[in-house]
Amino acid sequence: MQTHGWGRYPVIDSKAKTLEAADLWRSPFIPTGNFRSYADAALYQHHLPMKPHQLMSNFDGETGLLTCDAGVLLSDIVATFLPRGWFLSITPGTSQITVGGAVAADVHGKNHHIRGCFSTCVESLTLLWPDNQEINCSATQHPDIFSATCGGMGLTGIITQVSFYLKKVSSQWINQLSVKTLNLRDTFVAFEKYKSVEYSVAWIDCLAKGNQLGRSLVMLGEFYQNRDLQYRSPSTVSVPFTLPSFTLNSLSVKVFNELYYFKQRKTLAFTKTSVQTFFYPLDSIHQWNRIYGPNGFIQFQFILPKAASFEGMQSILTQISATGFASFLAVLKLYGPHNDNWLSFPIEGYSLALDFKMTKALPAFINGLTDQVVALGGRIYLAKDALMTQSQFEASYPNIPQFKTFRTEHCLDQHFTSQQAIRLGL
Amino acid sequence: MEFTITPWILVLGANSDMGIATAKKYAASGYNIYLASRNIEALNQHAQDIQIRHHVECVVLEFDACDFERHQIFIDALPQLPTGILVAFGYMTDQLVAQENSVSAKLTIDTNFTSAVCIIEKFATMYSAQGHGFIVGISSVAGDRGRKSNYIYGASKAGFTAYMAGLSHRFYNTDITVLTVKPGFVYTKMTQDLDLPANLTATPGDVALAIKKGVDKNKGVIYVKPVWRLIMLIIKLLPGFIFNRTNL
Repeated sequence: MQTHGWGRYPVIDSKAKTLEAADLWRSPFIPTGNFRSYADAALYQHHLPMKPHQLMSNFDGETGLLTCDAGVLLSDIVATFLPRGWFLSITPGTSQITVGGAVAADVHGKNHHIRGCFSTCVESLTLLWPDNQEINCSATQHPDIFSATCGGMGLTGIITQVSFYLKKVSSQWINQLSVKTLNLRDTFVAFEKYKSVEYSVAWIDCLAKGNQLGRSLVMLGEFYQNRDLQYRSPSTVSVPFTLPSFTLNSLSVKVFNELYYFKQRKTLAFTKTSVQTFFYPLDSIHQWNRIYGPNGFIQFQFILPKAASFEGMQSILTQISATGFASFLAVLKLYGPHNDNWLSFPIEGYSLALDFKMTKALPAFINGLTDQVVALGGRIYLAKDALMTQSQFEASYPNIPQFKTFRTEHCLDQHFTSQQAIRLGL
Repeated sequence: MEFTITPWILVLGANSDMGIATAKKYAASGYNIYLASRNIEALNQHAQDIQIRHHVECVVLEFDACDFERHQIFIDALPQLPTGILVAFGYMTDQLVAQENSVSAKLTIDTNFTSAVCIIEKFATMYSAQGHGFIVGISSVAGDRGRKSNYIYGASKAGFTAYMAGLSHRFYNTDITVLTVKPGFVYTKMTQDLDLPANLTATPGDVALAIKKGVDKNKGVIYVKPVWRLIMLIIKLLPGFIFNRTNL
């Protein structure tokens, strides 16, 4: 079958295995979730779909500890538990990922600056190793296996079951404050000013130039206390077919960005927003990735250490707005301290995520930006990465040697691999 | 047996993918669930899942369809008469095996026909007495016309379809719904090695939804993917001298 990530680039032919099949361990493969990493992290000639494994096996209504199979979707957890007053402690910007995928990419959300990555709420997890050996690990039990697996992109074993804490909430509504900023400095000031607010993220107009460079809408949010937990699964609209690749060009994106930015007229806007709209705005547009046309797109997400963030962002944004590589969505976010997981993405600083329609000229452009990011002490998010080179990777993630040694020692390198792992020399 | 106002559904053969999917569909709409099968261990995991997700009661029961002697004992042990039942158990083996091995052929017929008829008839009697209830049986398009590639399985399902049709006739104009389900191709454990055409193949979730809707609307026979009704109509109408030359 044809497989691809959410960016629809690259596409490869892959055979599916099953957990029960006797020949599971006979050839290398990559365990997969809902194919929502953007590029080739879940692609290889053999893959093991974990999505069929969706059982919840325990929930403690006192502590919020949920134990479930790796294939359960986060959307399923929200639909099941939000009406009972529980929500994900850490959630990325889509609920269409599996729990196993959340662990493997050590995902983060709008509250990273306060709560850290998904692994923070993981109490323990179960891995399946070659010849069906079951391994339980946590931050205290086999901490090396745990640190390798959280953020390990599925290369350290099959994640079969995860126990993690949900958090108590008293409403399905979010109290949202949107701050309209005039330039990048203003945007950074807003992030720092509101850094004690649980959720924060900025939509940034990456085509704005000159003294408007970096103008944004900084969205801040906290759960309401109003006891309204009525939750209806969202209705969705769908992009019914792949749009022609010229749909998104620098003009159409510019128009969209202008409209979006000027829709909010005041500097501060308070709104009551649903969980769905606040956390998962794009989930209600089914297959939105089709708008980038048949060649797919690249999502480029990098993070810079705090000291280098402002100048670095300013320089990179200047280049993007100058070259006119249109980015429909650009998201800026403040991060808290890094954790101990070997390949986890976040470091304390700011990250920017941009979507670029795939074109012939794009890889060279991205490669140039990546070099600058690495030179500034930053790095690229593996769940989004499509084009990073091995040397760029090795220069930006310091724990690669121990990750590789770990894989060799436990013979995991012979069983688990992906196109991305090969490209990055893992 | 006790009577409560919370509806219960009994799923016989709950380890089948269609059985468990239907149980979950009913749990999502507030039904309590009896899951019955030979393999209790796997069912316990599903029962946990159902309880966590849907906050309903879910009870696991051991049931062997071919152990006819124990059918009545099984029913007597039920804490309450379920509002409806789903017969989801079935047995399919390779046609050639069934042709050459009469034990296998008998097991196919015993499971899909004889035991299904015997257990359903007991519930039919009880539903008839109380005046309401629903009975859902998963049959097969294979029962619509015997074909050389699986006529022993097909014959067992043909018998079952005929039985269900008769039962439906018997309860016409009552509050007892009798629904025969013909799923067509379904992605299940039974078919995971087959390369099935996507537009003719349903998921267990599709089957569950079709069953729930079929019962709610008091349907008699449903094909999960409507195109199967047309396909099987054509297959049934083909004259023998043409049909016998095909390779179906």
